[in-house]
Amino acid sequence: MALTALKYTVQEKALILGIESSCDETAASVLRRQADGSFEILSSIIASQDEKHAPFGGVVPEIAARAHMQKLDAIIDRAVTDAAVEYDDLSAIAATSGPGLIGGVIAGLMGAKGLAMSLDIPLIAVNHLEGHAVSPKLAGECPFPYLLLLISGGHTQLLSVKGLGDYTRLGSTVDDAAGEAFDKSAKVMGLGFPGGPRVEKTAASGDPSAVKLPRPFKGKDHADFSFAGLKTAVARAYEASDKSDQANADLCASFQQAVCDVFDDRTRRAMALFRKDISAEIDSPQRFVVAGGVAANKKIRSSLEALCNAQNFTLLAPPLKFCTDNAAMIALAGAEHYALGNFDAMDVKARPRWPLDGESARHNPASGFGKKGPKS
Amino acid sequence: MLRFGARLIAQLSAGQVVCLTGDLGAGKTTLVRGMIQSLLGPIDVPSPTYTLVQTYEGPEFELWHCDVYRLEKPEDGYELGLIEAFEDALCLIEWPDKIEPLIPEDALHINIAFEGEGRKLTMTGFKGIT
Repeated sequence: MALTALKYTVQEKALILGIESSCDETAASVLRRQADGSFEILSSIIASQDEKHAPFGGVVPEIAARAHMQKLDAIIDRAVTDAAVEYDDLSAIAATSGPGLIGGVIAGLMGAKGLAMSLDIPLIAVNHLEGHAVSPKLAGECPFPYLLLLISGGHTQLLSVKGLGDYTRLGSTVDDAAGEAFDKSAKVMGLGFPGGPRVEKTAASGDPSAVKLPRPFKGKDHADFSFAGLKTAVARAYEASDKSDQANADLCASFQQAVCDVFDDRTRRAMALFRKDISAEIDSPQRFVVAGGVAANKKIRSSLEALCNAQNFTLLAPPLKFCTDNAAMIALAGAEHYALGNFDAMDVKARPRWPLDGESARHNPASGFGKKGPKS
Repeated sequence: MLRFGARLIAQLSAGQVVCLTGDLGAGKTTLVRGMIQSLLGPIDVPSPTYTLVQTYEGPEFELWHCDVYRLEKPEDGYELGLIEAFEDALCLIEWPDKIEPLIPEDALHINIAFEGEGRKLTMTGFKGIT
C-alpha cells in the first residue's frame, strides 16, 4: 500500500459513495455504515441502457471514456442528492476498477480518483466480482459462508464465499458467459435483444426435448462451464431447421433445457467442492445464492430450487435490482474494505481481467492491464 | 483448432495483426485461446465480447484479443487504442469488418468456415510467414 493511503484514519460511522461502470450500466450509490457493521443504502441510481441498445441487436458499448465521464457526473450527483447528504459528508469513494469494459472502468475510476482527491478522502478500488459476491447481503441477512452462482452477460462463476476477501473460485466458464450464450443464440435466431427474456418467451411454447444439443462438461470432475460449443450447436440446428415459429420455439426450449441441465450438473459438483472447501459434513445444511441477470430465467431458477432441495442447500435469490450490475454492491464491498483500512493509492490501475481468487493480486497485478493500456 | 493456434502463434510477433472471420460459433475464440494458452500457459482466456479487448502480457510483447463486433463505427477503434496496439502489440481481432478502414494492409486474414463436422480455414495476406 502506498504511503499516500496511510494518512487517512477509519471513522466508526462512514458514508461511502460507490461507483460502478464496468460494463453496460453506469451507476452510483451512497451507503451508510454503522460502527456495528450494519448498513443502510441511502441511494442507488442506475442508468439502464437496454432500450437504447435494442435496435442494434446487442449492446452498443460507449467506447469514449469522456462520454462515460459526463454521464457519471450526473449520476453521482443524483446519488448524493437522493441520499440527502453533502459531498463533504462522504468518508470514502469506492469504485469498480475491473474486470470489465476498459473505457467504462477507466472513466469510473478516474472520476472516483478526482472526487477522492478533491474531497481528501480515501479511494477504494473494488473488484466488480467482489461486489457480486457480497451483493446477497443487500437483500437482507446472509451470513458467510455461502456458495454463489453468478450468471450474467459477462460472467459465469461458482464461488465459495467465506468472508470478505476470502473467496475460492470453484468453477468458471472457459469461454463464453451464460448470458452471452443466450444473447448470441437469440441473435442467431433473429429474436432481438436482450436475448435472455426473448429466448425464455419463445421457449414457452416449445418442446425442450425436440432438438438434441450438447451439455458441455456434464459429469466432469471440476465445476467449470463451457458455452461456446452449445452456442455453435444452436447456430447449426437453426440453419438446418425450417425456421418456422414452432421450430424456433423448440430450439429455444431445447437450448434453455440444455443450460438448465448444465447449471444443475455443474452446481451439484460445486456443492460437493464447497462443503470440502469449508470443511463441512457431506450432508450439512448450507446456503446457496444465485445472482446475475440470467438468474431471472424462471426455468433456471426452478431447476436450481429443486437441486437445492435435494442437496440440503437453502436457496437465496436476491431481487434482481441487487444482483444485476449496481453500485450499491460496490459501495458495500467498499465499506467493508474501508472498515479494515484497505485503501488504494491514486495510481491504482483499471484491469479488464481480474480473477477474484487471488487476494495477493489486489495490489499487485500479476497480469493486469499494464502501463501501456489505452488512456492510462 | 487449439493445436493449430499453438503452431500459428509461434510464427507471430509484435506489430502484426491477425483478423479472424467466420460465423458465430465457428471457433474464432477457440483458435485465439489456443494461441494465448500456448504462449502463456493455462490461464483464463475469457470471451472479449462484452469487454471488447482483453490484453495479455507476453514474454516479449503485449497481446491484444479484440472482439469489435459491438463497435458502432470504425472510429471507435481509435478510442480503444487499437492504432497504437497495431504497432506495439500482437493483435488478434474478431469481426474485423467492423473496423475495416483501420486494419493494416499487411494483416493476416483467417476465415473459419463450417465444413461437415469440421472446419475449413482459409488464410490470406501477410508477408513473411512460413
